[in-house]
Amino acid sequence: MTNHNTVLTCSTLSVAITGSGGSGVVTTGQMLLKAIANAGYYGLMARSAGPQIRGGESAVMLRLGSEPVDCLDDRFDVLMALDWLNVSRFAEEIPLTASSLIICDPDAGEMPEAIACHGARSLELPLKKLSGAIDGGRINMIALGVLAELLGLPETSILTVVETALAPKGREIVDASRLCISRGYSTEKNAGLEQTLTPVASPAKRWNISGNEASGLGAIRGGVRFVAAYPITPASEILEWLAPSLEKVGGSLLQAEDELASINMIIGGSFGGVPSLTATSGPGLSLMMEGLGLAVTSETPVVVTNVMRGGPSTGIPTKSEQSDLNIALYGFHGDAPHLVLGALNIRDCTFVTDWGVRLAEQFQTVAIILSDQSQGQARSVIDPPPMAPACKGRRTARPDTQEYRRYALTEDGISPMAIPGTSGGAYTADGLEHNEKGTPSSMSLDHQQQLDKRLGKLTGLDPTENWAESRGSGKIAIITWGSSSGAAFEAGRRLEAGGQSARVIAVRLLCPLPGTLMTASLEGVDRILVVEQNHGGQFFHYLRALNLLPDNAEMLARPGPLPIRPGEIMARVSEWS
Amino acid sequence: MHGNTPITGLKPKDYKTGIKPVWCPGCGDFSVLSAVTKALAHLALPHQNVAMISGIGCSSRLPAYTSVYGFHGVHGRALALASGLKAARPDLTVLVAGGDGDGFSIGGNHFLHACRRNMDMTYIVMDNEVYGMTKGQASPTTAPDWTQSKLTPHGPGVPQFIPAAIALVSGATFIARGFTGNPNGLTKLLVEAIEHPGFSFVQALSPCPTYRPEHKAWKKQVRPVEEEATSDPIIAAQRIQTDDGMSTGVLYQTTVPVWQPEQGISADTGQLEEVFFV
Repeated sequence: MTNHNTVLTCSTLSVAITGSGGSGVVTTGQMLLKAIANAGYYGLMARSAGPQIRGGESAVMLRLGSEPVDCLDDRFDVLMALDWLNVSRFAEEIPLTASSLIICDPDAGEMPEAIACHGARSLELPLKKLSGAIDGGRINMIALGVLAELLGLPETSILTVVETALAPKGREIVDASRLCISRGYSTEKNAGLEQTLTPVASPAKRWNISGNEASGLGAIRGGVRFVAAYPITPASEILEWLAPSLEKVGGSLLQAEDELASINMIIGGSFGGVPSLTATSGPGLSLMMEGLGLAVTSETPVVVTNVMRGGPSTGIPTKSEQSDLNIALYGFHGDAPHLVLGALNIRDCTFVTDWGVRLAEQFQTVAIILSDQSQGQARSVIDPPPMAPACKGRRTARPDTQEYRRYALTEDGISPMAIPGTSGGAYTADGLEHNEKGTPSSMSLDHQQQLDKRLGKLTGLDPTENWAESRGSGKIAIITWGSSSGAAFEAGRRLEAGGQSARVIAVRLLCPLPGTLMTASLEGVDRILVVEQNHGGQFFHYLRALNLLPDNAEMLARPGPLPIRPGEIMARVSEWS
Repeated sequence: MHGNTPITGLKPKDYKTGIKPVWCPGCGDFSVLSAVTKALAHLALPHQNVAMISGIGCSSRLPAYTSVYGFHGVHGRALALASGLKAARPDLTVLVAGGDGDGFSIGGNHFLHACRRNMDMTYIVMDNEVYGMTKGQASPTTAPDWTQSKLTPHGPGVPQFIPAAIALVSGATFIARGFTGNPNGLTKLLVEAIEHPGFSFVQALSPCPTYRPEHKAWKKQVRPVEEEATSDPIIAAQRIQTDDGMSTGVLYQTTVPVWQPEQGISADTGQLEEVFFV
């Protein structure tokens, strides 16, 4: 074992692992994340892959920390290249500096220019030779041993992870992998990290979860017991997690023939009294819009979790972008008041889905929950997510209600819903405009009254303290939403540390956006930067339309798939001083 | 139908709401409404345990005229909505009603998959070979040489969709054809369809006096099927394909297990969360 003379500690370290198809990049990343978690740390692991179904190059990007990690850093401390095949495709996603450490195998050929150009330090190790010397040995397991040692993880912790993860594959594979890890761990290294992670004294109970799993869990916590959906990247993992999980809690999942079916199926399920949800991504959401109008008009609560990807059209299905805000807000035909919520990070996917389901049920309307590929298909070590506020649940009609009127004009705009099976409650739900009884009507008064009812009921929504996460103070405000929040908060912290204060407001309840609360939280601010990962500045223009921004507000809006990084936000704010 | 305890003494009119239908005088759909309410009364199903789902079109207005639970949804998606309801609430008797445009054109994909899925529900298509609500355009069941629509002045020019054949190859387990000019026969078919365990499809030839006045001739063209219903799909296919589409009765019936998503309770949310702990 080498003495790296590492004296400094830091709060996070960023490690990228790249390799060609079949080299086991993702497995390596997952095992490293588990080992880090077992050692008491937090971490985030994003993935990037080409469009190939099987094989093809891939990369994992980890950021490990002694405190919760909600975004990738500006640069990577380590690049572990299992080989150099097609690595150039990931070069822009893995920013390196002169102080980064590149670990590579001299037998893998010359370092590509796109990587070499950063002038980073390199640690050359005979990965292939080392694994070749072990019967059944694999390069990625050697690499895992190398990384574990460089990061200062005890060898036993990584061996335990491998033992558990590979046990189903049989003893031989486990033993070969253990040998590889020990070899990688103990091999002589002539370079190391300049810093190691600050040790965690007494680690809290934490979870290791993907954003899509977190969304699925939020659905179940919120009470969803029926899901119908059509597979789509990058949302399918929500469904794959929900299928067996729903079954265990007395619910069910139906794989639909298309998204037109899935939205109508969940309207059917919810009409039957069972809280219902579907999950999709941009193109699927487009197909669902007619059905969503039906849910709004018939006042049937449904929830759509939309895991955004690069758009429009097929766009970049495997990579992230925050460009479906417009369709979520404005995609409906007619005047269709509804809810839009955005998850601020992986942990928040659970909370915001849970809350969204409860709100949809209480207000008998549509809730669209926005997540994105960078959350959904990433994994994170997090503190267990909090429960959403209880809300009031669905207001249902009592059996044999006299003169039952499904769309009765009530004080709060919410009318009791008769669930099939309730005697004396039979009514016909309708997408046609209707009167209080539900009878189709094209009279102007009925239209006006029902429109007023559907809009008015949402004014009863108590945004509580959950409408946004707000941190910091000062005359500069950074307003953001969704997955850009992590980078914005980190930019805020770094500005603060540099003596320049900024307040960061990450909005969770996007529609109806509580304007009064937003105005109050912007009091005393004289410069505003709106940060989001899309080309047109969708959130910026929305805030403008709501008249919440001063004339000098600016936007930092750029498309995916590269994540918004803290340094990028800081650079923009620094231009102002 | 599903273990609903019948209530005796119910009459067909007890299943009507009294809302005046939007249909034209002489429309076949009146007869379907009547047959549906007679079938429900015959089966003595409690109102609260029946749901009638539809899409958009003249015939899709039917749920509002029945006094069971109903959903008048969007064009073409009735089967999807009904499948979701049945999956979430297997205890309900689910009926679906609509027209040929709604079911075979805009909703064609759902028709295929509803047949294939074989959930326990009944689908009644009032086939008038025309789009009535949008004022007389050709539908998938319109003959290729029908030139009365301004939209297709030379006729649709493509072969007609044969609903019973599509239902058969897609996996429907009960296929029948009825005629609104024979309401008792239609009622009997609907009773059998509702009692059938699985996806039952009833094509009701329902004349449109406004846009297809020539349908008056149907009365002379329809006839009962000559043979007993078969459970052999090859024989059924041959009969359906060699038929002129005017024979009425049960064309095919077989019994295979119905599909319903698995449900059970073995865990609470807290137990699901245990797997995430580091």
